[in-house]
Amino acid sequence: MIEVHKLTKYYGERAAIRDLDFSIAKGEVVGFLGLNGAGKTTTLRILGCLLLPTSGTVSVDGIEVTVNPYGIRRKIGFLPDVPPLYPEMTVGAYLAFAARLRQVPGCEVAARVGEAEEKASLRDVHREVIGELSYGFRQRVGVAQAIVHKPALLILDEPAAGLDPAQVVEMRGLLRTLRGEHTVLISSHFLAEISQTCDRLLVIHGGELVGQGSEDELAAAMGQGGSTILAEVRGQGAGVSARLQRISGVTQTGERKESEATTVFEITAGTDVRAEVARVLVGAGCDLLRLERSTSRLEAIFMNLAKTGGPQ
Amino acid sequence: MTAVWLIARRELGTYLRTMGGYVIAAAVLFVNGILFNAFALGSDRSHLSTDVLSQFYYLSSGTIMTASVFLSMRLLAEERQTGTLVLLASSPVRESEIVLGKFFSSLIFLTLMTLAGVYMPLLILVNGKLSVGHVAVGYLGLLLLGSTSLAIGLLGSALARSQLVAAITAGGLIVGAIVLYPLGALTEHPQSDVLFSLGLWHRHFPPFQVGLLNLRDVVYYVAVTYFALFLSIRILEARRWR
Repeated sequence: MIEVHKLTKYYGERAAIRDLDFSIAKGEVVGFLGLNGAGKTTTLRILGCLLLPTSGTVSVDGIEVTVNPYGIRRKIGFLPDVPPLYPEMTVGAYLAFAARLRQVPGCEVAARVGEAEEKASLRDVHREVIGELSYGFRQRVGVAQAIVHKPALLILDEPAAGLDPAQVVEMRGLLRTLRGEHTVLISSHFLAEISQTCDRLLVIHGGELVGQGSEDELAAAMGQGGSTILAEVRGQGAGVSARLQRISGVTQTGERKESEATTVFEITAGTDVRAEVARVLVGAGCDLLRLERSTSRLEAIFMNLAKTGGPQ
Repeated sequence: MTAVWLIARRELGTYLRTMGGYVIAAAVLFVNGILFNAFALGSDRSHLSTDVLSQFYYLSSGTIMTASVFLSMRLLAEERQTGTLVLLASSPVRESEIVLGKFFSSLIFLTLMTLAGVYMPLLILVNGKLSVGHVAVGYLGLLLLGSTSLAIGLLGSALARSQLVAAITAGGLIVGAIVLYPLGALTEHPQSDVLFSLGLWHRHFPPFQVGLLNLRDVVYYVAVTYFALFLSIRILEARRWR
């Protein structure tokens, strides 16, 4: 879907990005990680045809960004870091305007607006003026304008920036619904959001791509192979730790009392063994309350890549 | 629906939905009314009707240029300031369609605003003797001058990041284009002829004012409008190369 080769962009004498090489397959959901000023927004703006590269090539669905930007713009939905909203318009009128701009046939506009509002949970504010909406709603309107024409490629720059924790959870839910319908490239500082939403990560630092792959692949490359799984259970049966230890690939297990009735197991394994862990815990007579991968590992990977500039 | 009309319609909606458009229209009509009563009619009511009408167009040409600066300052500068230009720039819309959509919306609003003052020539018509041709040519001149000023204002808005800077830039460009004529008087032939011909007002507007329709003046205003819009399109395109 996206092929980027030797992509470089200079602002005056300063290189914002240098020799970026990556590709994104159709249907993939890819996270773009980097510190402020790393070059994420510049890269996304080039993919969104808002900027031209100094050198290198970018193609979307085989169309070169420098040759036919007009053709690429038909295929993309773009949400910049500040949602491009007209505060005096109502949500419905704005989304209809965005749909028509993206060449949705007139007879389909109302239906597409309805679908986008449904996905972004904006039905109740269809007639509301955008300027009077809360920040979270405005961010959702921003996402809705990006998906209203059902683009093949969706580029989202910091979709959860500035949201409160409840709104972040809602936004994460919204992003999950986009999976399968679009190829998605998300830039974000929220590692939990990236970890739970994306198939693959691109890590950029100082304008250079310092890592790419799944979380496991990046961890392995950084010498932090294996993932830590957290499992919270109630009513622990006998010998559960030992049984977890016997799962193929598990290298370490630990447990701590979370409360009077609940226990949290920390299982470190070379591969994703969540399914096996669930079977063992349920088989041991425990009530499984929570099962998730620890996000602290992604933080460690990210900070290592940012500090060291790539796998050693 | 073409992208030009789509953008123009949304922009026109903004003029009509926000206070800005009404404030500019009200101010122009108020000032025109005061000027018409105080200077065009004057205290000596023995003027010829055609002189009163000519004076009305003379006075209106100043207010229409000023209004054009205020109407056009927000067109692109505000979009850039608030980040909404990204919506247009990431859609399958050409820069020329963005600029033309913005220009036509402001021209439609300016036309409506100008025609709202048509009661003043009608008052002269009721109380005196006028040719309809004089009224029509005068309004054509006002609209051509207004369209050129809007295009120059749009150029200022394309160059600036803030509306205030856009207004100052547009005002500077319009005043600069007007003073080319007086500058011509300070130079010698043939430079003076060039400067006289390029001046925005002194040579090209007065014929409309007295009801004379010269193709040369129409071509001048259309050409300057085209040139200013062309530069605005190029500036928008060049922003992708930053």
